[in-house]
Amino acid sequence: MSLVVSNLKASIDDTPILKGLNLEIPKGEVHAIMGPNGSGKSTLSKVIAGHDDYEVNGGSVTLNGEDILEMEIDERSRAGIFLAFQYPAEVPGVSNANFIRAALQARLPKGEELDAVAYYKDLYAKMDILEMDRKFTARAVNEGFSGGEKKRNEILQMMMLDPKFCILDETDSGLDIDAMKVVAKGVNSMRSSERGFLVITHYQRLLDYIQPDVVHVMADGQIVKSGGKELALELEASGYEFLKEPALA
Amino acid sequence: MSAYDLNDSAVLDDETQDAIDIDRSIGDFSFPENHKYDAGVGLTKDTVDYISGVKKEKDWIREFRHRALEVFESKPLPTNWASKDLENIDFDKIRYYLSDGQAPKRSWDDVPPEVLETFERLGVPQQERAFLAGVEAQYDSETSYSNIKEDLEKKGVIFVNSTEGLREHEEIFRPWFGKVIPTGDNKFSALNSAVFSGGSFIYVPKGLKLDAPLQAYFRINSENFGQFERTLIIADEGAEITYMEGCTAPKFETATLHSAVVELVAMKGAKIQYITVQNWSSNVFNLVTKRGVAHENAEVRWIDCNIGSRLTMKYPGVVMKGRKARGEVISIALASDGQEQDTGAKMIHAADETTSNVVSKSISLGKGRSTYRGQVHIPKNLKGCKNNTECDALLINSHSRTDTFPAITVRGNQHATQHEASVSQVSEEMLFYMQQRGISEAAAMSLAVNGFINDLAREFPMEYSVELKRLIELEMEGSVG
Repeated sequence: MSLVVSNLKASIDDTPILKGLNLEIPKGEVHAIMGPNGSGKSTLSKVIAGHDDYEVNGGSVTLNGEDILEMEIDERSRAGIFLAFQYPAEVPGVSNANFIRAALQARLPKGEELDAVAYYKDLYAKMDILEMDRKFTARAVNEGFSGGEKKRNEILQMMMLDPKFCILDETDSGLDIDAMKVVAKGVNSMRSSERGFLVITHYQRLLDYIQPDVVHVMADGQIVKSGGKELALELEASGYEFLKEPALA
Repeated sequence: MSAYDLNDSAVLDDETQDAIDIDRSIGDFSFPENHKYDAGVGLTKDTVDYISGVKKEKDWIREFRHRALEVFESKPLPTNWASKDLENIDFDKIRYYLSDGQAPKRSWDDVPPEVLETFERLGVPQQERAFLAGVEAQYDSETSYSNIKEDLEKKGVIFVNSTEGLREHEEIFRPWFGKVIPTGDNKFSALNSAVFSGGSFIYVPKGLKLDAPLQAYFRINSENFGQFERTLIIADEGAEITYMEGCTAPKFETATLHSAVVELVAMKGAKIQYITVQNWSSNVFNLVTKRGVAHENAEVRWIDCNIGSRLTMKYPGVVMKGRKARGEVISIALASDGQEQDTGAKMIHAADETTSNVVSKSISLGKGRSTYRGQVHIPKNLKGCKNNTECDALLINSHSRTDTFPAITVRGNQHATQHEASVSQVSEEMLFYMQQRGISEAAAMSLAVNGFINDLAREFPMEYSVELKRLIELEMEGSVG
């Protein structure tokens, strides 16, 4: 039960971005990926989720042994992959409650209806953890949301959909420290021996609140260094300068 | 669940969803024709005489028809501004009058079995029992069933078809018949005036406010046929009425023509709300003229939804004739592959302090084409008039096309008008986001489209907004993937 990325190569408009990336995240573990801008962190998350803009040129991604690269975007989601977006899209006119409900309904067998009462009970309980106002259910998805509200919404959806594997793409960007604590509380409430996490971040800060088991450094489309959570602190102190040394040599 | 969240209307909608079983193909069936009266193919003076003879009409009506035929023949098709597809209507191949010769029945038990089955499959008797004050069901040229709740009849409400309206209540209807929309308004209003049959003639007495809607259902069963119903609704001083119409036809290989004239008269302080859900099959030319007159402090609202047909041309209008009269057009159009929805609104301000509002939303799918044409007219001698026009178009892919032709004529400087138009697309990022949550592409599309029209769909009674949502979902399933 794990997410395994093997020798993954992907490009956008014929420009290679991922260049033979290897990564294994066993269930129950939280892995962080850090790295400079342009290293391919967000591309990795989108390729795993199945975004059409990227072409996979080789390698494989499996979830619990199942090849997910062959699946449609929505099938991957229903197989258990969740991506918390860095920039979540707006869906005008569709209320948050209906959106999440549609996502849950999509997971039920044909002909089976979601129990609306149980759904709202669950939704409100999770909104309380994330300190979200009840009015939020009637607002259109992400429309007119502040940066912090969007990120909380991502975490709420993650909590509601109960995925097997969660990818958080720069969830800390645009968050103040209080909002980050709330978001981290939501994520930590979901940590379990059955679920894996990939936390993509630019800054070490978030990892104070979501403590990773393993930290990877990504550069130029590959994982170039892996270590324990102390690696994040090192990076915070010395930056990514060390990555440039081979190029200078 | 309402205890948890009352704001979330769509959640409430689901409760009724199972109860109302409507889909896009539900109208696609027909029964063998069984006509006692058939005016034959093509349109001449004899056709008009035949129709008038079957109806045993008075001379003034027959003359009205004859004059209209002359006007129809003298007017060219409006292809200088409208779709060239109009040229594909072969007026010589259409049948202008078909009926089984039976008078409208007041009980479904007396309706011929195939007609009853038709309307049952369309859910009309069920809806009547559930929430309507009265129903008229038209099958080809004539009304098969017409009934109104007894207490309303006792209070003086008249709800009959056009033939009966002009024969039995001439004193009420004749003064307004053909006055809101003159015969020569356009080629198709002239055509309707020559061969009209069926439709609803309604009178609501002074001060009476109907708390449930009246409904008409227009059904085409026969091939090569033209349906030309004529509706005239008069709400006397302070009266209020909501009228709803629905329509379907089977999908034939040949073109079918539907060309109605609908006139509304709202006397002082009256309110008329006219709701249409048009779901004609994709072989129907739907060319309809609709206009209302609003007297002092009266209100006319058109709520118009066009999902079906091959070509729809329809521009509901309101003439605001009295001080503080209000006019409103709220419209939703969905143009699927091969369809053209050419719709809009006409707001004619003819008194001080009149207010009009137009909100139009169109969705173009595949090669579907939607056009908005609006006319707002405020003359120089008036003061304190207001108009608000908003038209938003949503394109689903690069082949679809949308056009907006607003014509706002405002003379004088004591008025307030505003006009907003937007065109948007369901973006790839929006779809990716929704699909990443496990929602299929088709479901994501229909969610996006339903979101786009959500604020307008709320204007429809709940039973209809559920139908609307469903029709859109079915359209999306057919057009994606």
